[in-house]
Amino acid sequence: MRTDPLFQPVTSEVRSTRTVSLSFNGQSLDVPAGISVAAALLMSGINRFRATPVSESPRAPYCMMGVCFECLVEIDGVPNRQSCLIEVAEGMRIRSQEGARDLIFQAGNVQTANEQTVEVQS
Amino acid sequence: MSQGTQSVIQAEVIVIGGGLVGTAVAYGLARSGADTVVLDQGDDAFRASRGNFGLVWVQGKGHDLPDYSRWTQSSATRWPDFARALMADSGVDVQLRQPGGFHMCFSDEELIERQSRLQTLQDALGDYPFQMLDAADVKARLPLIGPSVVGASYTPQDGHVNPLKLLRALHTSAQAKGARFYGGMQVDRIDGAAGEFCVTAGSQRFVAPRIVLAAGLGNPGLARQVGLHAPVAPNRGQVLVSERVRPFLDHPTVHVRQTDEGTVQLGDSMEEVGYDDNTSTHVLEAIARRGVATFPLLREVRLIRAWAALRVLSPDGYPIYQQSASHPGAFVVTCHSGVTLAAAHALRIAPWVMGGAMPDELGAFAGERFLTDKVFSHAH
Amino acid sequence: MNDLFGGAVDAVDVVVVGAGAAGMAGAVALAGFGLQVVLLDEQGSPGGQIYRGVTLAPLSRRDLLGADYAHGNALAQALASSSVRYEKGAAVWQVTRDHQVSYLRDGRLRTLQAKAVLLATGAMERPFPIPGWTLPGVMSAGAAQILLKSAGLAPTEPVVLAGCGPLLYLLGWQYLRAGVPIKALVDTTRPEDYWRARRHLFAALRAWPYLRKGLELMRSLRSARIPHYTGAEHLAIEGDAAATALTFTVAGKAQRIDARCVLLHQGVVPNIQFSQSLRARHVWDVDQLCFSPVVDPWGELDVPGMFVAGDGAGIGGAQAAALQGELAALGIAQRLGRFDTGQRDEGAGPLREKLALNLRIRPFLDALYQPKEANRIPADEVIVCRCEEVTAGDLRKFVALGCAGPNQAKSFGRCGMGPCQGRMCGLTVTEVIAKARGVSAAEVGYYRIRPPIKPITLGELAGE
Repeated sequence: MRTDPLFQPVTSEVRSTRTVSLSFNGQSLDVPAGISVAAALLMSGINRFRATPVSESPRAPYCMMGVCFECLVEIDGVPNRQSCLIEVAEGMRIRSQEGARDLIFQAGNVQTANEQTVEVQS
Repeated sequence: MSQGTQSVIQAEVIVIGGGLVGTAVAYGLARSGADTVVLDQGDDAFRASRGNFGLVWVQGKGHDLPDYSRWTQSSATRWPDFARALMADSGVDVQLRQPGGFHMCFSDEELIERQSRLQTLQDALGDYPFQMLDAADVKARLPLIGPSVVGASYTPQDGHVNPLKLLRALHTSAQAKGARFYGGMQVDRIDGAAGEFCVTAGSQRFVAPRIVLAAGLGNPGLARQVGLHAPVAPNRGQVLVSERVRPFLDHPTVHVRQTDEGTVQLGDSMEEVGYDDNTSTHVLEAIARRGVATFPLLREVRLIRAWAALRVLSPDGYPIYQQSASHPGAFVVTCHSGVTLAAAHALRIAPWVMGGAMPDELGAFAGERFLTDKVFSHAH
Repeated sequence: MNDLFGGAVDAVDVVVVGAGAAGMAGAVALAGFGLQVVLLDEQGSPGGQIYRGVTLAPLSRRDLLGADYAHGNALAQALASSSVRYEKGAAVWQVTRDHQVSYLRDGRLRTLQAKAVLLATGAMERPFPIPGWTLPGVMSAGAAQILLKSAGLAPTEPVVLAGCGPLLYLLGWQYLRAGVPIKALVDTTRPEDYWRARRHLFAALRAWPYLRKGLELMRSLRSARIPHYTGAEHLAIEGDAAATALTFTVAGKAQRIDARCVLLHQGVVPNIQFSQSLRARHVWDVDQLCFSPVVDPWGELDVPGMFVAGDGAGIGGAQAAALQGELAALGIAQRLGRFDTGQRDEGAGPLREKLALNLRIRPFLDALYQPKEANRIPADEVIVCRCEEVTAGDLRKFVALGCAGPNQAKSFGRCGMGPCQGRMCGLTVTEVIAKARGVSAAEVGYYRIRPPIKPITLGELAGE
């Protein structure tokens, strides 16, 4: 769910105009190239990144340096990725991480996406 | 007394060791009304209990010692009542599930070895259900199994618990029943004779007519002081633990299981490396490879932790249960299956300590069996 | 050469872990001594956290962040023109006592066998466990500064900064320069802290450039007329699904400031994951209220050939870290036979002088900005372990059951067993247990840290 962004580019900065397109939970976003996924989501009004596996509480980045694991999201079908350590790339499909990852569902997903690489037994 | 700081604590029974073995016995003792004191070490002690895999496992155990198999079964069948008692006394659900367990085989040789071992047990014990499953049978029951699994053995008695919740439940329940815990206790000495043991730990002294040695790797030194022989040694086991994932595996398998919290545990190695409880890369890698071979969908799962803990193993790998002949009232209780045997420890060892008859199965487990020239092996 | 499980292992002279101030300076110096050096770093560009993104930041941003930040560029340039093999995007997941360094890069596990290892993994922010600190919208000030350094982002709405310590004020100053409105600075420092710190003032005066910078920074914050509350207590974040306000008291009077973004900070502490996983000896630092590894004058741990430089061995700041990196390089090079102890000591002389000067201000800062006990040892309802959602009250219950320390706290309630592996709760757990048991933090000790230090998948470990 998008709200008013908590973060925005500082006005004094001369910015590069290169952008990339990604999607978050199916919604498309245009963000500057070269920044982390976490930064991109925060400036796009994504304030809730995930729900915890323990109590489903909402969480968002806390440390931005790979320590806290609060910024976990699913990127291109791979769950629980630290979005503060990953740079945005064109066409990235990002989803909020809702609780614990689902191995079975995920395996099925990947299989339909790319049948050659996965040998899931169903 | 010369040392003014020294205090003496009296009890009916002193349990040395606050791991799964000691607390299970202590819970049994406290539950029967005995005034029980538990002496535990500090935070950095070698703790087999913390590295536990959590299986309540019957399958294949004691194939060359049927009494051990009987003892194991007697605990597994008591586990449901035991778990309910713990729940009632502690409010902690230890998540006991006994849906039957699988031992995966990756070669025909392994399958044949399993068949032989389990058939031997069935022949000796009579009531010992098991099944040998081919790859298609396994797949029918565990659809996520990998293609390199050629078959499995299965027994319906196997199960698992959450070992950390079990430890907490035992601590809580024992204390709820009146047992007193003393942490950070490094036992220096046991003095005394029949009916009056005095344990010195730093400036503390504990006195009781009965004493139970459940100190794991600390037992050899303590046993000697009360006329017992308990030659246990460390055996390293390494375990991998994953991030939490949604439930995908109900059944325990001997090397892979999913906890109630969603983490996947993968084990485990048997290594004689002395008191080294560091992890080693090549062992972890082998564990990972077997885990992925068993369930290929685990390939993408992230590891949170690699564990190494020291098992408490006697030369033949079986427990030592014995009351001292020279110091009656002193008992040694030591084994490496602290989870499986917890119910027996609480429900059958405790009454024996308090003066009841020794359980029938335990005649084979005296420490004196090691006072020979025989070469032992715990590869069973 | 092969390792025990058949994978390729490269042999090198020295592996340096971390490309911050200490790691860059150490690696460059080691290469200068003719040693073959591999520098591994998790980020996509050198600089660590203090100089995060310094080689990529546009000039306007570098200017905004101040001269100290730009200083990192010189180190990065020296690195670029050295013979150091710098590997970016390398997540080191295991370092062993016999100098093997295993890391994940581009989805592949690799292992290096070194003769010596320099750990330069720096600092991390001290946890700030208060009610509501897990809510979206609450971040550490360091996190906000990383957003500024690496992406040029700042809060949209007037922001609240809370806590104490140089980084908090520096961020405020940087926001002012960027024209970012600050709604309030809620300072936990009390007037009496200045009196406690005063006995170190004389030493601090001899580190005048540092002290002057700090004073100028505070002055500019004051002259900007930002509402500045001092001696704030009972900090708590309000909100249900996200932060909506910060509440606190000043001199017993309740305060409430609406804010969707609250930035917390109360100092930095050494990142000791690797030195702990090596079972090196650590001591509790009573001034900095954290565990630090015990090192010799060259940064060597009590594990031979394993060195630590920079904030990972005790907080000293970026300039001290770079000097420590160079000192460790001298110690390692001597150890590897590049020169004798006389030459080593000669080279170290001027570095040690500069280091002493750099560290002179620390006792003053440590005393002045010592985090308050209530913000380190929280009330029962506050979450301590964010991953497993274990509260301070849970921990106290475990203690009542006989839990003596952090490692038993794992057994009793999964505390510290989540993905962050205890980084976000370790110090809090130690201090909560110590207080509950009535013993020192030193006696309680710290988590046993286990690999993988960085997450790897089962498939990666299996080599598939």
